[in-house]
Amino acid sequence: MFEVLFLQFLNGLDKGSAYALIALGLTLVFGTLGVVNFAHGALFMFGAFCAVLFRQLLTLETVTLDPEKLSPWGAPVEIRQPLVQAWFGDVGAVLVNYSVPLSLLLSIPVMLIIGIVMERGIIKHFYKRPHAEQILVTFGLAIVFGEIIKAVFGPNPIPQPMPTELRGAADIGAWLGMQPNVITYPLWRLVYFLFALGVIGSVLAFLQFTTFGMVVRAGMADRETVGALGINIDRRFTIMFGIAAVVAGMAGVMYTPLLPPSYTMGMDFLVISFVVVVVGGMGSLPGAIAAGFLLGILQSFASMHQLKAFFPGIDQVIIYLVAVVVLLVLPRGLMGRRGVMEA
Amino acid sequence: MAGIMSRKDATLFIGFAAVVLLLPILAAPFGAAYPDLLQRFMIFGIFAIGFNILFGLTGYLSFGHAAFFGVGSYAAMWSFKLLSLNAIPAILFAVAIAGVFALVIGYLSLRRSGIYFSILTLAFAQMCYSLAYSVLTPITNGETGLRMIRADPRVLDRLFSEAPAGVPVPSLFGISLSGWNGFYFSALFLLATFFLAMRITNSPFGMMLKGIKSNQNRMNYTGFNTRPYALTAFVISGMLAGLAGSLLVVTDPLAGAERMQWTASGEVVLMTILGGVGTLVGPVIGAWLIKYFENIFSSFNDNVLSSFFGFLPDGAREAAVVVAGKFVGEGWHLSLGLLFVLIVVFLPGGIMEGVRRISSAIRRRGGGRHATARGELSPSAAE
Repeated sequence: MFEVLFLQFLNGLDKGSAYALIALGLTLVFGTLGVVNFAHGALFMFGAFCAVLFRQLLTLETVTLDPEKLSPWGAPVEIRQPLVQAWFGDVGAVLVNYSVPLSLLLSIPVMLIIGIVMERGIIKHFYKRPHAEQILVTFGLAIVFGEIIKAVFGPNPIPQPMPTELRGAADIGAWLGMQPNVITYPLWRLVYFLFALGVIGSVLAFLQFTTFGMVVRAGMADRETVGALGINIDRRFTIMFGIAAVVAGMAGVMYTPLLPPSYTMGMDFLVISFVVVVVGGMGSLPGAIAAGFLLGILQSFASMHQLKAFFPGIDQVIIYLVAVVVLLVLPRGLMGRRGVMEA
Repeated sequence: MAGIMSRKDATLFIGFAAVVLLLPILAAPFGAAYPDLLQRFMIFGIFAIGFNILFGLTGYLSFGHAAFFGVGSYAAMWSFKLLSLNAIPAILFAVAIAGVFALVIGYLSLRRSGIYFSILTLAFAQMCYSLAYSVLTPITNGETGLRMIRADPRVLDRLFSEAPAGVPVPSLFGISLSGWNGFYFSALFLLATFFLAMRITNSPFGMMLKGIKSNQNRMNYTGFNTRPYALTAFVISGMLAGLAGSLLVVTDPLAGAERMQWTASGEVVLMTILGGVGTLVGPVIGAWLIKYFENIFSSFNDNVLSSFFGFLPDGAREAAVVVAGKFVGEGWHLSLGLLFVLIVVFLPGGIMEGVRRISSAIRRRGGGRHATARGELSPSAAE
């Protein structure tokens, strides 16, 4: 029984990581700019499509006709070769193999630009407007972003292969001194979890230990005083919006081998990650991270068939059920501050 | 009429009724004058008016109203299956069930406000949606959706007659409700809903709701217990959503879970915003525009476009068709999203605010008077 529970716990970690990363970005935006960003799921989706785009660029092929051979029905045979492989040989093959982690490099500048343009272009004008209008305008943006992706990449999910070396499973049970081959866990999920921990750690460290982070935290606590001290807090907040977009984008890139990206994924994750943020408590970074992992793991437990025998359909509704219970019992979520976002 | 409403309201109502009832003629130049589409105009008009009673008047932004719409659809369908093909019991049943759902969900959700309220309603609606898709399949028929078949029991009908041959069609005491009959049937309900919304807006109850919207704390300090009022508004609005859902089953006899998905809840928010939050006519206009464009835009294809751009030289025409093709047909949601962003950025009061701005500009130029109280022209959305 312990093994089963432990396995479900592990299975919840990767989803929990994705929730935590998206919720972290959402909370950063809310904490700094005070804006409720319903387009944040779309940023996650943009990240995922950075990986798709990167792979499509890498696998651009030259098609030449083989002068000697003919196919059985007499048509000339096509030879397809990725350009990268033609130019760089084996290095090119490695590049293609590792396209998903490598597209992080593409996603960082792209997401930073998207984030800053979005903030300067639209979000800026909504600081002083009511939260309902912020929700509405970003909801509209989310629709637009989803449709743009659909127009460019088509409506179907595009599977992204993970690097061949990371396809197997890790025998975590054996590492922990238990029986081998009882608790195995797909390597990529483990990579994703460690990656998420790394990103969360670096964002928190950045806020905690750099001067920039200190100014931002001061601005979150009292924006006007920081502004009065002669610091251009708006510019720093814009950069924070960019960073939140980068976090969402990187989360999306690395998630592509687990879930083939499609234009609906932004909306799918948005609903859940808003639930995560609200359960964690609006504006609380530790709350968002904790709630992300908590909900991911609970979702995983709920999909156990032993539990489903008692409560049919529990796996479908567990997240919303938890959200309802938490919100009704703890009005400000797990770690929310008093007076934030209460009408 | 003077006894129940002021002269101005009576004029508005009569004008609205005239437009609605003459819609088959008025919509003809736009290529929208067929009963199926116009019936949707009526149904989503009801849905949007109901939503506006909660969002526009009371200031609570619900992201889960599609749940009541879907529940209404299922309830009406079961009434058609089990009781009778008559639409009246189906509608009563649907409104009652939607009301019970709204009472429970509203009672719980209204304990919080602001975004917490939005998320709670969203969570409840998503629960309804997921359950309808998975565990409740015996009731909802899952992904396939629920439809009527000839072998359904229909107890009340069987008391009087044998099961007729052919596909069962909802009726009103023997009059079939397909085609134009269905449209006028729904139109009557839209007019009734509009009348109700008008009465609520002008009543002391409506004033109370507006008070809750502008400052709930002050209402509490004055000694009013605001929650029962907000809950009443929530239930009324949920029942109207159920009514709309049941009318949709009359038109399109297939009840599916996707009507409860949160995108459907988002759609009614869009309708209300596009037309004008907190106004009487606005939500209806928003609903009509969205349903119209959904229907017309999504039927555009490359051939239509290329004949539209026929005046351009060949290369430019192809480019124009490719670019425009992204905004119509399959991609009409893109135009919808863009329109929505533009409306919220530049015209937060929706189309009704635009109309008001234009008319006041004309009046100012014509009469040389100063603009009257600009403050009341900008309806602020819920905080």
